[in-house]
Amino acid sequence: MDSWQQAVLALRLLAIDPGLGGVTIRARSGPVRDALLNLLDPTAKRIHPAISDEALFGGLDLSATLTSGHLVEEQGLLAKAGPMILAMAERAPVRLAAHLSIALDRTVGHTMIALDEGAEPDEAVDPKLAERLAFHIDLSDVTLHDVSTLPTRKAEQPATFPARGGFIAAQGRVLPSMPPEITEQLTQIAAQLGIDSLRAPLFALRAAKAHAILQNRDTLTQDDVEIACALTLAHRATRVPEPEPQQPDTAPNNTESQSSEDTLDIPDELLLDAVRALLPDNLLERLAAQKARQGRGNGTGAARKGNRRGRPLPSRQGRLDNGARLDLIGTLRAAAPWQTIRRKASERKGLHIQPSDFRIKRYEEKSDRLLIFTVDASGSAALTRLAEAKGAVELLLGQAYARRDHVALVAFRGTEAELLLPPTRSLVQTKRRLAGLPGGGGTPLAAGMVTAVEQATTAQRKGLTPTIAILTDGRANIALDGTADRKQAAKDAQQISKVIRSHGTDAIVIDTGNRPEPALRNLAQTMDAAYLPLPRADAQSLSDSVATVLGE
Amino acid sequence: MTPFPFSAIVGQDEMKRAMILTAIDASIGGVLVFGDRGTGKSTAVRALAALLPPIKAIRGCPVNSEKAKDVPDWAELESKRAAAMPTPVVDLPLGATEDRVTGALDIEKALPKGEKAFQPGLLAKANRGYLYIDEVNLLEDHIVDLLLDVAQSGENVIEREGLSIRHPARFVLVGSGNPEEGELRPQLLDRFGLSVEVASPTDITERVEVIKRRDAFENDNTAFMLRWQAEDAAIRDRILKARKSLGKLKTSDKVLTDVAELCLALGSDGLRGELTLLKAARAYAAWRDDTALTRAHVRDVAPMALRHRLRRDPLDEAGSGTRVARTVEEVLG
Repeated sequence: MDSWQQAVLALRLLAIDPGLGGVTIRARSGPVRDALLNLLDPTAKRIHPAISDEALFGGLDLSATLTSGHLVEEQGLLAKAGPMILAMAERAPVRLAAHLSIALDRTVGHTMIALDEGAEPDEAVDPKLAERLAFHIDLSDVTLHDVSTLPTRKAEQPATFPARGGFIAAQGRVLPSMPPEITEQLTQIAAQLGIDSLRAPLFALRAAKAHAILQNRDTLTQDDVEIACALTLAHRATRVPEPEPQQPDTAPNNTESQSSEDTLDIPDELLLDAVRALLPDNLLERLAAQKARQGRGNGTGAARKGNRRGRPLPSRQGRLDNGARLDLIGTLRAAAPWQTIRRKASERKGLHIQPSDFRIKRYEEKSDRLLIFTVDASGSAALTRLAEAKGAVELLLGQAYARRDHVALVAFRGTEAELLLPPTRSLVQTKRRLAGLPGGGGTPLAAGMVTAVEQATTAQRKGLTPTIAILTDGRANIALDGTADRKQAAKDAQQISKVIRSHGTDAIVIDTGNRPEPALRNLAQTMDAAYLPLPRADAQSLSDSVATVLGE
Repeated sequence: MTPFPFSAIVGQDEMKRAMILTAIDASIGGVLVFGDRGTGKSTAVRALAALLPPIKAIRGCPVNSEKAKDVPDWAELESKRAAAMPTPVVDLPLGATEDRVTGALDIEKALPKGEKAFQPGLLAKANRGYLYIDEVNLLEDHIVDLLLDVAQSGENVIEREGLSIRHPARFVLVGSGNPEEGELRPQLLDRFGLSVEVASPTDITERVEVIKRRDAFENDNTAFMLRWQAEDAAIRDRILKARKSLGKLKTSDKVLTDVAELCLALGSDGLRGELTLLKAARAYAAWRDDTALTRAHVRDVAPMALRHRLRRDPLDEAGSGTRVARTVEEVLG
């Protein structure tokens, strides 16, 4: 079965049992995807990532209320169960994903077709939402030729594809009975594939039943279970199962199901094979991307957290949707001149306010940035580039001052790191501390990084956006515990890099050595940071490079 | 859809215990449930709501007042008759605006009719009940700040848009979330009395049992609910009984010293750790129907009461639960 057939099948199963939640379709916009969407009920609701809460949940229709003078409520998209198409699902913000997940959890009959157009492995549907959709189909390799051989909606019964309210209720079909050992088997396979969530085997179970109904059968066959496993478990796998010798305890217990003679006896091996055939080739790549995405939400980019509610801007005309706050005074002021005219026109007493009068409060919110300079002041660096590094930091400080960034300064030399300057905006103080920074001693790189991470976490809690800039020649030779052990020192540095990455903190590594140091490039990769080798660079070019990386 | 019965949840004993303890003594201050997706976090919270005994409240009161004199003036109730109502469990959705949470000027009345009226928010609705925040670690900062203040004082104060209103807002905070998606600020962590970490069961038979029960719940709902109703009722009765016996429980100075020593050894910030540990241990003793508080009770609830109050150590790969268990072992032997 190729992915196109799978996609069509998935849609059919969804129509039979909306409890399957939905399907993620990973494909760029194009004729193939259009062909698939053509199979859907044309009345399916469309949702886009920037949809407002009012549109989803409904509420007061203010415009209609004000024009008519009595209360008018509007219905939200989620009020009626039915298929929903979420376009550009990879851009859906966490908030929307959470709303939709809750809607899928609580209301029976909602199905979601999430169109994922992500180009990179780390652009994907929010894991929370994807978890609640049974299927995941990748259509990126399907050609138009594959599609044309398949049925279109006209040839099929339209009700075969997700329609409002689902299909089971309409037909009153009873779900086929489930031999108990199938449940055990599915659970076991999910566990072997390294799937932690218990939603996966539940979906597999439902899919198998739906498939049996689709084939007009009252009992489950091997076919149903195999297809269900392939469709619901393959994309969730976190490890490729080892072919194991058949274990005695997996043999089905026949005493439990004496009534049904044609008890299913599918070896686990067979089902695993079905899944293995569908395991994506780039499993590892995807895992890595998942790791990298942890703590960063999804493809929508980092949300801007402000430590202040923002500078108020003049209010302006606008619509009262999503979180907008009405500027009452502004609204009244805008409405005031018209009161006499409106009263005459409508012959209604009281205050007349129309949607065009609404003035919305606006704030300009900018998250302050904190630059944490982590400077190598060891003997090896002191010999070569300490002065240049100092110069570069000073130049950057100038820019930081212009942007009102906060700056912190960490230096490491000898056996330990020292926070020379806690986060501050004082340029003068920073310069003074920097000038007085002596050089010499070993390179406790890991210790410096630990101090930087501590500062970054504190800053994040305060709502600042920290960026760690590490200036070093990379020859770490002092371990975290202060001993001079080159190997341990490198290991420690790697460990802290992982911590930095898991925090999702932006970082830049500037190699100030005479020659680019491969170990340092490695380190930068581990912490997902930009790496800038700067052999023989002067302060100005160093500063320019950093500015480019920071996106000035 | 009726929620999944609480007693039918397989395993996850620590989570269930923590929830029962807050139901026995609301002043423990709520539960934080952290764990992976698909481990039954939200299922348990919703199940708890259905399990809790009903409360007596004035009908139609926006803050669920128990007595007629407590009904706020702005509610403008005509009749003040009391009636039994289910314990309120209010969801705080992630995208909720400040207005929606605290309450604000009622625009429905303000604009077309020109009346100045207060529209109570979620905090009012949650009074005397539970406030449930799914994905609590993704909650926006300004909403978190708001909650901190109210959870601390038990009172919601609105001073804006020409309104000046205060109303009681005492609720048990229940939060759930996936730690991979973001951390919680220590200030908010501290407001939760208990915290539990849940993981998918690793035992195959247990996992199979989960799937079986869920399948039965979905396909044969009536029979399944009937089967578990009695067990849910048994838990409810036990909670009510424990609430009564809580006051009679004896607490020796020796146990108090144990509690203090334990918190000191763990270096938990502030005295809230001690207080919560003591309350949780007492509720646990009452639940077990014991007459006096002993060291065993303290030992059993110490991880859930203290685990989230430790200072974070970025290099310690073992979870903080292990650290608490280790220290309990050292201090209490």
